[in-house]
Amino acid sequence: MLIGLVHYLTVAAILFTLGIFGIFLNRKNVIIMLMSIELMLLAVSINFVAFSVFLGDLIGQAFAMFVLTVAAAEAAIGLAILVVYFRDRGTIAVEEINMMKG
Amino acid sequence: MAVAVVFLPLLAAVIAGFFGRVIGDRGTQLVTCGALLLSAVLGILLFRDILTSEGPRVIPLASWIIAGGVDVTWSLRLDTLSGVMILVVTIVSSMVHVYSIGYMAEDPSIPRFMAYLSLFTFAMLSLVTANDFVQLFFGWEGVGLMSYLLIGFWYDRPSANAAAIKAFVVNRVGDFGFALGIFAVFAIFGALDFGTVFGKAPSVVGAKMEFLSWQVDKLPLACILLFIGAMGKSAQIPLHTWLPDAMEGPTPVSALIHAATMVTAGVFMVARLSPLFEYAPTALAVVGVVGATTAIFAASIGMAQNDIKRVIAWSTCSQLGYMFAAAAVSAYAAAIFHLFSHAFFKGLLFLCSGSVIHAIGGEQDMRRMGGLWGKLPWTYATMWVGALSLSGIPLFSGYYSKDTILEATWAAGTAVGRYGWCLGTLAALMTAFYISRLMFLTFHGEPRADAETMHHAHERWVMLVPLLVLATGATVFGFIGFDFFVGADRASFWKNSILILPQYNSLAKVEEIPLLVRYLPLIFGLLGIAIAYVFYIVDRTIPVRLASQLRALYLFLLNRWYFDELYDWLFVRPAMFVGDGLWKSGDGAVIDGLGPDGVAAVTRDLARQASRLQTGYLYHYAFAMMIGLVALVTWYLVPR
Repeated sequence: MLIGLVHYLTVAAILFTLGIFGIFLNRKNVIIMLMSIELMLLAVSINFVAFSVFLGDLIGQAFAMFVLTVAAAEAAIGLAILVVYFRDRGTIAVEEINMMKG
Repeated sequence: MAVAVVFLPLLAAVIAGFFGRVIGDRGTQLVTCGALLLSAVLGILLFRDILTSEGPRVIPLASWIIAGGVDVTWSLRLDTLSGVMILVVTIVSSMVHVYSIGYMAEDPSIPRFMAYLSLFTFAMLSLVTANDFVQLFFGWEGVGLMSYLLIGFWYDRPSANAAAIKAFVVNRVGDFGFALGIFAVFAIFGALDFGTVFGKAPSVVGAKMEFLSWQVDKLPLACILLFIGAMGKSAQIPLHTWLPDAMEGPTPVSALIHAATMVTAGVFMVARLSPLFEYAPTALAVVGVVGATTAIFAASIGMAQNDIKRVIAWSTCSQLGYMFAAAAVSAYAAAIFHLFSHAFFKGLLFLCSGSVIHAIGGEQDMRRMGGLWGKLPWTYATMWVGALSLSGIPLFSGYYSKDTILEATWAAGTAVGRYGWCLGTLAALMTAFYISRLMFLTFHGEPRADAETMHHAHERWVMLVPLLVLATGATVFGFIGFDFFVGADRASFWKNSILILPQYNSLAKVEEIPLLVRYLPLIFGLLGIAIAYVFYIVDRTIPVRLASQLRALYLFLLNRWYFDELYDWLFVRPAMFVGDGLWKSGDGAVIDGLGPDGVAAVTRDLARQASRLQTGYLYHYAFAMMIGLVALVTWYLVPR
């Protein structure tokens, strides 16, 4: 069976949906939330690369590199915030993080 | 000179009012008394000047209102009538100023008091020298304002504030009529200055105009409306209720404003407008009935009061009734004559009562006085002068003026005149009784004040000088002034300042009245004093027994014919009820409920609803973002 564009896109969509559900259904840990975000970014990157290959346009792959870089930076910042938050509050449980409640 | 007479008090008031703190108590007293005494001296000179010159002299000062047909200028009208009033106002006012130095010596706000007094004098002078209705109204309101401020001078007393507000409100009722009267005059004549209006008055007799959808005679309508203003200012029934309460003010104020000058503004106004009233006999009949009724009504109440100042206040009310009764039979000259002598003896009586009150530490109830004559010999002597003058005993000025009024009312021969004579003569009996009762209760018998108070009772010379001046006036004025004011020389004295149509000239007929009519008021006066002597010196149980036997009558008089209660029931309570309703349901529930409060409540409610969207949970926000993203994407993807 030839692996075509649709397969790549399907995998990307599944990953993306997993990421979304990871964010929505996860009520426990903020780190899992960060991981879900990474997952979504990866899904998008797969889309970029797949389209790049099938359309013969290198810009998509270059863009994927940028996304990876940004994702790494974002993960670093997110984890740093998380550490500070834990020091301050003593918890990173999602249920407890609701200071913006009206 | 006339300008100086009128504006010196204003100058003094400005200095005392604005720079009172700078120049101190003594300074304000000196400035105001000096200005007023100077004004009085100039007033006397001015009066001599007026007597020798012919016709009304008008001194224009400044243009005030020029709008369409209305052309009002500030001006001073100088004729015999205004000259007489200037004389009364400046003399009594300067005496009261001097007296106030002693009376208000312990008061903390002397500059304010002196400034008010001087400003009042200015307002009164601009009233009496007015040459048009608008300036008359200016002075009218000015004296009303100062009356309000001075009644409420001791503003920390709730009763003084209530009395001040009452005086102001009752006067508003009268002033409303007065303002309508001025409008009517303008509607009829198209002018507001006295010269034009008086000149045109004969030509509009019998003409009709529409008022409240009735066709009524123009001139009587205007006159009656103007007279309503006079009723308010001069405390005539049924707008009299404020005057006795006005005694809450300091006694010099009662003497100046509520006895000698302001309350007589109504009488002055009727005399000033004699060229209108003469052509409106209906209006004069109203004046006569109101005046005579007030004369006896107030005198009857005066017999039963126990507050020394209120007795004199009711007496003022009654004497003003006499003046109106005189004006009603075209004896304006007699009215002004009585006004003049009344200013002397009533001012004197008030100042004496003030001296008594001051001497015994603020006590005003006559039942706690008595036996004071040894302690206050000068006050005692001068007060008897005032009392005898008020009772109409010969040689004192009240005798000449009051008897002239009663003679004129009889001589007029009209029904209103006879009504005035009957009630006036009866009121003369009551007058003599209540004022003698006051004298006997205050000065004779056993001292009913405690020994401590009696020991401290004393007189002050600065208060005695005005008493002596006024007592001199109350003694000799009637004798001297009789010929000029109402006697043989009256025509050359008044010249054309008062208009009397020949057919109404009651003063010309006083020689023809029967002897009994002439001497009955005197007999009644003596009788009244005798009855008071028997009641309060010979056998003090008689009035007590009388009061218990005629309990209903006594209470009726003591409670002032229940007029206050009637007004309370008729006007005050309904007004309070309506006001309460409008406040609570109208303003509170409807306007506030739907307006500011309602909008605020709705906003708060919406905000609370909206804030509930902010759960604070990250996944809710993310979910919202996702929904938004999906919606946007769908929007672009769905083919249209």
